Amino acid sequence: MPDVQVLVNEFLNNLKKRKIEGSQATARQTAELLRSVISQQRVSYTNQAGALMDAVRAVGEQLIAANPVELAVGNIVRRVLHIIREENISLTTAAIAGLGVSAVSDDDDDAERNDHPVLSAASLAAAARSTLRPPSLQTLLEDVPDSAAVPHTSSSGGDSDGKSRSADKSSRTRKLKHDVIEAVNELIQDITTCYEQIAEQAVEHIHQNEVILTLGSSRTVLEFLCAAKEKKRSFRVFVAEGAPRYQGHLLAKELVTRGLQTTLITDSAVFAMISRVNMVIVGAHAVMANGGVIAPVGLNMVALAAQRHAVPFVVLAGTHKLCPLYPHNPEVLLNELRSPSELLDFGEFSDCMDFGNGTSSPLLHVVNPTFDYVPPKLVSLFITDTGGHNPSYMYRLIADYYSADDLVVQRRPKGS
Amino acid sequence: MEARRPSRAVIDPKVRHVGFFAPAANPLPGPSSTLLSGSPAGNSLSPVMIPPPRHPSDRSPAVPVPDTGLRRQGSDHVPVGSYNPSESLLSSSPAPSSPSGRVGLADGEFSEESDGWYRYRRSGSGTYDLPLPDTAPEKALDNPGKSSAAPVLESKKPAHVPEKSGKAVVEEQNELQSSSKPLKEKTTKAERRALQEAQRAAKAAAKDGNKSAAVSGGGPLSKPVKQPSIKKDAPPVSLSIPASDKKGSDRPPEKERKKDVPPPRMQFDDKSRVEKAKRRAVVNQTEARNRVELFRHLPQYEHGSQLPDLESKFFQHDPVHPAVYKVGLQYLAGDITGGNARCIAMLRAFKEAIEDYSTPPEKSLARDLTAKISSYVSFFTECRPLSISMGNAIRFIKSRIANLPLNLSESEAKAAVCSDIERFINEKIILADNVIVRHAVTKIRDGDVLLTYGSSCVVEMFLLYAHEMGKQFRVVVVDSRPKLEGQALLRRLVANGLSCTYSHINAISYIMHEVTRVFLGAASVLSNGTVYSRVGTASVAMVAHAFRVPVIICCEAYKFHERVQLDSICSNELGDPDVIAKVPGRMDVNYLNNWSSKENLQLLNLMYDATPSDYISMIITDYGMIPTTSVPVIVREYSREHLFV
Repeated sequence: MPDVQVLVNEFLNNLKKRKIEGSQATARQTAELLRSVISQQRVSYTNQAGALMDAVRAVGEQLIAANPVELAVGNIVRRVLHIIREENISLTTAAIAGLGVSAVSDDDDDAERNDHPVLSAASLAAAARSTLRPPSLQTLLEDVPDSAAVPHTSSSGGDSDGKSRSADKSSRTRKLKHDVIEAVNELIQDITTCYEQIAEQAVEHIHQNEVILTLGSSRTVLEFLCAAKEKKRSFRVFVAEGAPRYQGHLLAKELVTRGLQTTLITDSAVFAMISRVNMVIVGAHAVMANGGVIAPVGLNMVALAAQRHAVPFVVLAGTHKLCPLYPHNPEVLLNELRSPSELLDFGEFSDCMDFGNGTSSPLLHVVNPTFDYVPPKLVSLFITDTGGHNPSYMYRLIADYYSADDLVVQRRPKGS
Repeated sequence: MEARRPSRAVIDPKVRHVGFFAPAANPLPGPSSTLLSGSPAGNSLSPVMIPPPRHPSDRSPAVPVPDTGLRRQGSDHVPVGSYNPSESLLSSSPAPSSPSGRVGLADGEFSEESDGWYRYRRSGSGTYDLPLPDTAPEKALDNPGKSSAAPVLESKKPAHVPEKSGKAVVEEQNELQSSSKPLKEKTTKAERRALQEAQRAAKAAAKDGNKSAAVSGGGPLSKPVKQPSIKKDAPPVSLSIPASDKKGSDRPPEKERKKDVPPPRMQFDDKSRVEKAKRRAVVNQTEARNRVELFRHLPQYEHGSQLPDLESKFFQHDPVHPAVYKVGLQYLAGDITGGNARCIAMLRAFKEAIEDYSTPPEKSLARDLTAKISSYVSFFTECRPLSISMGNAIRFIKSRIANLPLNLSESEAKAAVCSDIERFINEKIILADNVIVRHAVTKIRDGDVLLTYGSSCVVEMFLLYAHEMGKQFRVVVVDSRPKLEGQALLRRLVANGLSCTYSHINAISYIMHEVTRVFLGAASVLSNGTVYSRVGTASVAMVAHAFRVPVIICCEAYKFHERVQLDSICSNELGDPDVIAKVPGRMDVNYLNNWSSKENLQLLNLMYDATPSDYISMIITDYGMIPTTSVPVIVREYSREHLFV
C-alpha cells in the first residue's frame, strides 16, 4: 500500500508541524486517513479483523506520536478499532445465528484456546447483546472477558468457517471490510455534523435576555449561539478575546454578522464581568474520562470565576473530543508551549537577554502554554451530540464509544 | 472612637503600629526612626503630624525627607525607577494665570459636578437638603469631647451643645445660613459654596485643632510661633481659630458626620447632570459610540480626538494654570499612569499653581484658592477620571487651605500650603513606599518564586530592593492586554539582573503551580477590604487563592478609602475601546478593523476591578502588615485623625 503510506506521511508531517488546527478538523482527517488505510489493507481469509486492527493500530501509533497533545487523533484511532471489533462481532453472531448457535461445535478445538476455557455460548451471547442492544450494566460487567475473547472468537470462527464453509467465508471477508468502511463513513459524518446536533439543544439552555460569556473561538460555540438566535431568542454575548491567539475577535466578528449583541472584553476583565453573566459556554479541546476538560488556555481562570459567582459553566464537545484516558498532571503532560514571540517581541528585548555573559541560564523565560486543564468539579454540564451530561457521567459515555482493549494503542512487543 | 476621644490627651505623639511589623531589618524601623532622626517636629508618620514651623524663608528646608536610615544606600531622592512624576516637565511654569477666572464667571456652578466625587460632599453639605443621617447620638458623643477640649468654642456658642435631633440641626443651620447671608449679598453661588466649604473645613480644623492640641500641643493650625512641645498652649490654639475665622468656626459638628458617608459619584446615565457638566467642560469630549449598556453610568469618550485641539489651546486657557494644564494633557494622553505617579504629578502641578497664585482683590485666599483648586480638579476629571488616591490628596490640600489662619500673609499662606503638599508627597507616598518595601522584604525567603501582575511601582521597588539585599528568588511577571504594563516592568527587572519569567494572564493557572507568593499593587483599598486595582488583579488573586498561594497586596495608606464596593461594575473607569480591536504586532488579528460601524458590537476596555477581600492574605501598608479586616480600622483611625488633615 504505497499510496496510503504517502498519505500517512503527509498527515504525519502536518500533525508534527501543527498545521492542522482544531480537534474537529484533525478528527475528520484522521478518520478519512484510516478509512483509506482500511480500504487499502489486503485482508487474509483468516483473522481479517485482526489484520485490519493491526494496520489501523500501526498507523494510529504513528499519528498519536506525531502530536500526542492532539487527543482527537487517538480518540478516532480507538473508535475505528472499536468499530472493527463491533462489526466483527455482529458478523460473527450473525454467522453463529445462521449456524443455529452451535456453541459446542464452535468450541471443538479446545487445545487451541485453552487459555480461554470459559469462552462459551454465554460470552458469545454477551457479544451479541452488546451489538444488538444499548449497553447495560450486565454487558459492562461481562465486557472484560468478552472483549478479550473477541479476536480469538473471530479468528477461531474464521478458522472453523474456513474449514466448513468456504463459500460463506469469502462473502464475509468482503462484508467485514465493507461494513467497517461504512461505519467509518458514519463516524466521519458524525464528526462533521456534530455542530448541528449540539446546536439543536441550544434552545433548551439559552433563554430570553440571557447574558453569556465565552472565551476564545470555537465553531461549536458559534453554531450553538447562532442556533439559539435563529430560534428568536435575543440575548447578549460577552466574548473574552483569548490571548495570545485572539480568536475571540474572530468569534465576535462572526457573531455580529449573524446579528447577535456582542461585547468584546479583555481576558483580564472576565472576573469583573462574570457577576453579570448568566452562563459561561465554552468549547473544549478534549474531554477526559474523569470529566476534566483540556481547554484553550485561560478557561481554568474563567471556570474558577464562574464557580465563585455560581454561574453555570457549560462545555460543548462533540463526541470525537471524548477521550477515554484519565489525565495525570494534565497541565504539564497534555499541554504544549507555543512560541514566545506571540507574547514578546524578540527585537524589543534582545538587549535585555544577555546571552554573552555565559554565566548561567538566561534571565528571561517566556511561558506561553496552549491549554488549560479544567477539573471536573468546575464544570456544570457537558453538552455533546448525545445530549447533556454531568462530568461524573463522562466515563460511562466514553465506554459507549471505545473498547477497553484499545485504551493503549501501542502494540505490545509480542504483537497483539 | 468618640468615646475614646477625651482620653487621648497624650503628650508625646506615639506611633501606633497596626498589625504585624517587620522585625527591624534596619536599625531604624520605619516611621519611628524618622521621628528620631528628623527634627522633633519632623516629617514623621506619627498619628499626629506636627508641621514644622514654617516661614516663607525656610520653605524648602522645611520639608526635609529624612534621608538617613530609611532610604537605602545609593538610591537618590526619587525611588528606583518607579515614579515618573516628571519634575522636569513641571519645572517650567509660565506666567501666573490670571486670577479672575472661571470661578467668578462660571455663574456659580463650577463646583457642582465637575470635580469628581468630591463635589457631592460640597453640594450636599452646602444646600442642606439632604436628609440628615442619625447624627444626634454621635453628636452627643462628639460634643462633650469638643466642649471639654475647647472651652472657648463652647463659650462662644453654647446653644449648640445640647442639640437633640437632626431636624433641629437643620433649622439651626438654616438660621445660621440666613444670618450669615446679609454679609455677602453680592457673592456668587460659587463663592458662597467655597465659603461654606471653607467654613466647614475650618470648623473641622477647629475641632481637630483642639484635639491635636490636646494630644500634642501643636495643632496643624498652629502658627509659626507656636512651640509644638508645650501642651498648655491649647487655649491659645483654639483662641486663634475663632479669631481668625469669625463666622465659620462655630458650626455644629454634625456635618462632619454627613461627610463621613462618601458622596455618591457622578452617574453618567443621568442626562441632566451630564448636560450641565458638559456646558462647563474645558475638554469637549465626544461620547464614544457603541457603548456597553451595562456601563452607561460611567463616562466614555472618544480617545485621542481632543488632544491636538487642547494642545493648541495651551496658551489660551486662562482659568487653568499651565502646569495643571500640562499634567491634564498628560493624563489625557496616557503619559502619566499609575496611582502614585498621577498623584505626585497632580500635587506638583498644584504646588506650582499655588506658587504663582495671587489673591484677587476683595477675596480671601482660602476661599479663592479652594475654588481654584476645584476648577483644576474639574479639569483633571475631564481629562481622566480621578483615582481614589488623587481624591484623598485633593481632600488633604483643600483641608489644608481651609485651615490656613487668616492672619497669615499671602506669601506665608502659599508657602505653608506648598510645604504641606511637598510633605504629603514625601511622607504619604515616598516614605510610605520605603516602609512598605522594608516590610515586604521580610516576607520572602530564598528560593521563592514571586508572581506579580501588571506594573506596580511599590512592588517593583520591593523586588529590586530584595534583589539588592541578596535574596535568591525568581519573579514571574504576568501581563495582560491592552496596556501590557508588565513588559516595561519586565524590562526594568531584567536590566537589573533579576531572573524573570513572563507570561500572560490566561496562562496564570499554568504558571501558578510553581509560584510561592503573589505580590500585587493596588489603586485603592476600600474599607470593606476590597482591593480596587488594575483589571486582572482579581483573576490573579482568585487563581492564587485556588492554588493556596498567599496573595500580598502592597498599598500605601493614603490610597485607602472609606467607600465600599462589591463588584467591579458600579464604579470603574472605561478606557479607549479602540485599543482592544487592534493587537499590536499581530497583523493576523485584524477581524475588527472597522468595528465601530457594526451596530451590535461593543468593545469594553475596563480599567479596574475589585478583588474580594477573601482572596487576600495580607495588605502591606505603611502602618504595618494587616489583614483585610483591619482596613476599616486604618481608614477610621488614621485618615480622620491625621491622614487628611
